[in-house]
Amino acid sequence: MDWLQQLINGLAQGSIYALIALGYTMVYGVLRFINFAHSDVLMLGAFAAFFLAPVVGTILPPQSYLGAFIIVIVSAAICAAIGILIERLAYRPLRNRPKLTVLITAIGVSLLIEFTCQHNAVFGARTRPFPRLIPEHNFHLGNIVIANHDVLVPIVTAALLALLWLVVQRTKIGMAMRAVAFNPQAAALMGVNINRVISFTFGLGSALAAIAGILYAMRAPGIEPLMGIQPGLRAFIAAVLGGIGNLPGAALGGLLLGLLETFAGGIPGISNYRDGIAFAILIFILLFRPAGLLGEVKTEKV
Amino acid sequence: MQLGAKRWLIAAVLVAFGVSALSGYFNRYYLGIAIDVGISIILAVSLNLINGHTGQFSLGHAGFMAVGGFTAAKLTLELTPSVPAAAQPALFVGAMLAGGLVAALAGLAVGLPSLRLKGDYLAIVTLGFGEIIRVIFQTSPAFGAATGLTGIPKFTTLFWTWSAAALTVYVVASLVNSTYGRGFLCVHDDEVAAAAMGINPTRYKVTAFVTGAFFAGMAGALYAHHKQVLKPDGFDFMKSIDVVVMVILGGMGNTVGVILAAILLTVLPELLRGFADYRMIVYSLLIIGLMLLRPQGLFNLRRRESRSAAAN
Amino acid sequence: MNPFTHNSPAAAPKAPSVLCRSLATLIRVLPLVAISLLLALGSAGCSKKSDDVIKVGEFASLTGKEATFGTSSHEGTLLAIEELNATGGVLGKKIELITEDNLSKAGESGTVVTKLIDRDGVVAILGEVASSRSLEAAPICQRSQIPMISPSSTNPKVTETGDYIFRVCFIDPFQGTVMANFASKTLKAKKVAVFTDVKSDYSKGLAKYFKEGFTEAGGEISAELDFNGGDKDFKAQLTAIKTAAPDAVFVPGYYTDVALICIQAKQLGLNVPLFGGDGWESDDLIKIGKEAVEGNYFSTHYHPEVSSPKSKQFVEAYKKRFKNQDGSPKAPDAMAALGYDSAIILAEAMKRAGTTEGAKVRDALAAMKDFEGATGKTNINEKRDATKPAVILQVKGGVFKYVETISP
Repeated sequence: MDWLQQLINGLAQGSIYALIALGYTMVYGVLRFINFAHSDVLMLGAFAAFFLAPVVGTILPPQSYLGAFIIVIVSAAICAAIGILIERLAYRPLRNRPKLTVLITAIGVSLLIEFTCQHNAVFGARTRPFPRLIPEHNFHLGNIVIANHDVLVPIVTAALLALLWLVVQRTKIGMAMRAVAFNPQAAALMGVNINRVISFTFGLGSALAAIAGILYAMRAPGIEPLMGIQPGLRAFIAAVLGGIGNLPGAALGGLLLGLLETFAGGIPGISNYRDGIAFAILIFILLFRPAGLLGEVKTEKV
Repeated sequence: MQLGAKRWLIAAVLVAFGVSALSGYFNRYYLGIAIDVGISIILAVSLNLINGHTGQFSLGHAGFMAVGGFTAAKLTLELTPSVPAAAQPALFVGAMLAGGLVAALAGLAVGLPSLRLKGDYLAIVTLGFGEIIRVIFQTSPAFGAATGLTGIPKFTTLFWTWSAAALTVYVVASLVNSTYGRGFLCVHDDEVAAAAMGINPTRYKVTAFVTGAFFAGMAGALYAHHKQVLKPDGFDFMKSIDVVVMVILGGMGNTVGVILAAILLTVLPELLRGFADYRMIVYSLLIIGLMLLRPQGLFNLRRRESRSAAAN
Repeated sequence: MNPFTHNSPAAAPKAPSVLCRSLATLIRVLPLVAISLLLALGSAGCSKKSDDVIKVGEFASLTGKEATFGTSSHEGTLLAIEELNATGGVLGKKIELITEDNLSKAGESGTVVTKLIDRDGVVAILGEVASSRSLEAAPICQRSQIPMISPSSTNPKVTETGDYIFRVCFIDPFQGTVMANFASKTLKAKKVAVFTDVKSDYSKGLAKYFKEGFTEAGGEISAELDFNGGDKDFKAQLTAIKTAAPDAVFVPGYYTDVALICIQAKQLGLNVPLFGGDGWESDDLIKIGKEAVEGNYFSTHYHPEVSSPKSKQFVEAYKKRFKNQDGSPKAPDAMAALGYDSAIILAEAMKRAGTTEGAKVRDALAAMKDFEGATGKTNINEKRDATKPAVILQVKGGVFKYVETISP
C-alpha cells in the first residue's frame, strides 16, 4: 500500500504548493507580473508565527487549536501589511513602467528581504526550531500512517480556495479585482479605485503566503530566511502549469506538482532527479497546452 | 559603421593583448577581477541578443554557461596530458569553441520547443531548462556529480577573455545591425507584423537563442579555466538572474549600456567587500533604487533616438 | 498585454542608427575604461608589507545557505587568534586575522583567496568547511606557495591538490568505514538503507565509502534514495525506505536536513535507528528534532567527555566568548573546534619554523605529530591529512552521549 501513503504525502505537499501558487496567480491576474518577493513573504509568515507562539502561549494553553488559529490570523495580518507595504513602496511607483522593470524590482525586493533577514541583527542564517502549534497525532490505517498535519493542510487549502473564490466572484471588491484584471483603464473609468484593489490583492495574496508558510513550517519545523525559495519556485511552476492568472488552475497545478514530485521522489534512482522532474513535466505540458492546463489561449490580434 | 565596429574589435583585442603581455606585473586579484568582468560582458551581451534585441525572455543563461563550461573542462582535463605544452593554447581555443558549439546545440534544443511560448511561459520554460541542465550535471558521474570537475588547467588569460568579449560584442552588434539582423528588431517590435512582412519569427528566435547560447558556452569555458573548479551548484537560477539584471540595468537592447552594467555589477560587489555583511543588502537596495529612478537602464544613452531615427 | 514584450517608450525598439551611435560612443568610452582598468591593475604589487603583525587570511561562508557552518568555524578560529594574541602572539608579533566571506557561493572563494594573498599579503590561509570551496582555493594557495589549512573539509581531493594544502580533520573514506563497522558490529544491522544529499559532495563521498565498507562487512544495502540539501519534505523517499524495511538508515547529511528527516521518519512510523557523520553535530539537531532524534547515532571528531583538558578549556572559553541569539552561552560544535585547531596548529608550525616563510611553515606542518588541540591529538600524515580517532555519539535525553571511540 505504498502508493496510498505516497498519495497522502503528495496531497499534503501539493496543497501547500497550491496555497502559495494562489498568491502568485492572483497578483499576476491583476498586475500581470510575477511577484518574486512572494516566497519571502511566506518565510516572514513562518517567522511571525515563530515569534508570536511564545506570546500566545502565555495566554492560552500551548498547542491549543484556538491558539494556533490566533497565531495564524495575526501572522497573516502582519504579512498582509508587509505585502501592501512592498507594493506601495516598490511596485506602485513603477505601475506604468515596462513590466520587466517591475520584475527586476521584485527580484531586488526578494534579495533585500533574504539578505536583511540573514543578518545577525535580524533573524540570522541559523535554522530555528519552529514551535509545535497544535498537538501531534498519527492515525494508523494498517501500514499507513497519517499525521494530522497532513490532513489539516489539504482541508485548509480547500477552505481558503473556496473562500477566495467567493471573494472574487461574489463580493464587490472581487468584482473590482476582476475588472482591473480585465482592463485597468476601463475599470478606472468606471470608478474603480485601482490602487485600493491592488493593495487588497497584495494583502490577500500575502496573507495566503503567510498561512502557507506556517503550514509548511508545521510539516518541517525548521525555519530559516531562505526557506521560501524552494516552495516559492515550485509554486511559481504550479501557477504557470495551471495557467497563470487562473485560481482553480493554480490549485490544480500545485496538487499535480506535489503528487508527481512525491511519486517520483519515492522511486530509488529517480529520486535524485526530483528537482528536474517538476520542470520536465512543466515543459512537457506547456508544449501541448502553451497557456497552461486551465489558462485561456488568447489569439493575438493585429 | 562596419568599419567602426571592426576598428573597435581590433582595438579591443590589441588592448587585451597589451594588458595581457604586462599581466606579470599586475596584482593577480585585480587581474582575476578583470577576467571576471570580461566573462560578465560576454554573458550579458549574448543574453542581450535574446532578451534585448529579439525581445524574448530567457532565464536559463546559466544553463548554457554550464554546458559550455563542463564540455570544455572535460575536454581539457582528458586531453591536456597528451598535448605538448606548446599546443595547449590551441587546445584551449578548441575546447572553448567546442563548449560554445555544444551550448549552441542546447540553445537549439531549448529554442525549438519554446517557440510556441511567449512572455512568462517562455521565461519559466527557459528557467526550467536551465535547472534541468544543472540537475543532469549534478547527477552524472562523468562530470563529477555533486563535486563537479576539479583540477581544471588554468588556461584562461586576460587576453583570451577580453578577445572573446570583443568578439562577442562585434558579432552581436554586426548581426543585429545587418540587413538580416533587422529581423531581430522586427520580431521584438511586433511578431505578427514581422510575420506579415515575410519575416519568419521562428527562425529569428532560434538564431538568437543559438547565437546567445554559443557565447554563453564560451563564457562558461573561460570561467571553468579561470576558477579551475566547476560545481553544478554554481549555475543555479540565481546566476541567470545576475545576468538578466545586467541586461536590464544596462538598458534592454543597448549594447554599450549592457557592457557598462556588466562591468559595474562585477566590480561593485568587490568594492563593497569592506562592508562585509551589509554588502548584499546594499546590492539589492541598489537594484531597487536604480529601477525606481532610472528604469530605462542606468546607461541608456538613447535620449534623442526618435529624432535621429527619423533623420536616417 | 504581454509583460515581457511590452511596447513602452523605455523598452522601445532601437533603430540601427542607434546601434551605430552606441558603438561610436563605446569607441569614445573605451580608452577611458582601459585606462582606469590599467590604473587599477597598476596599483598592483604594492601591497603594504607591515612588519609588526603576521597576517593570516581566512575564507568562510559567513552568509548564504551554509552560513551556520561557516560562522561556527570562523568563531573557533577567531577565538584561537584572540587567545594567541592575548598570550603575546607568535614570534613576538600579533596575528591579524583577515576574514573574507564567500557567500556560500561557487566561484567566489577563488576571488577572495586571491585577494587575501595578493592584495592583503597574508602568509597563510585558513578555510573552509565545504570541500568544494576548499577545492577552489587550494590551487591558488599551492601556486602562491602559501600554506593552507582546511579545518573541516573531509573530501580526500582537497589535500591532493598539492604539498601546501593541509587539513586538521579526518577524511571521508575513514569516516565512511568507521560508520560501516559501527553499523555491522555495534548496531548488528544486516540491511541498511542509505539516504544521500545529492547536492553535497560531502554526503555523496561518505555514502560511497559507507556502502563499500558495509557490503564488504557482509551487509546488504536495501535501499538507496536521494534528497537535495535544503529540501523540507522527505516523506516521499522515507516512505520508500520504510517499504524496504531496513534495520537502520544511514543519513550522511547536515543537521538542518537531518533533524527534519528524523521528524518525518518518526511521523511515518519508520522506527529504526538513523545514523550519520560529523555533519550531524550541532545543538540545533536536538533543538529542531526534539524527541525525534532520540536514540540516533553519529560519528564525529571529539566529545568533551573523553577529551583532554585542552578541549575542556576550549569549550569553556568558547561558551564565554560567544552567545546564542537569546543570550545564553553558545556550545561549540565540531566545526568550531576544528576551526580553532586549524588556527593553533598554524601558530605552532610558525613557532617551530621560527619564521612565517611559506616553505618552512609547510615543512613544520608536514612534520606535526601528536599535537594537542581542542579535538584531541592531531597527527599529520604523508598525505597532509590528520589521522585522528573518530568518536561515536548517541542522542540520549536531549544531549550527545559518548558511545565508543574508533581509532584509525
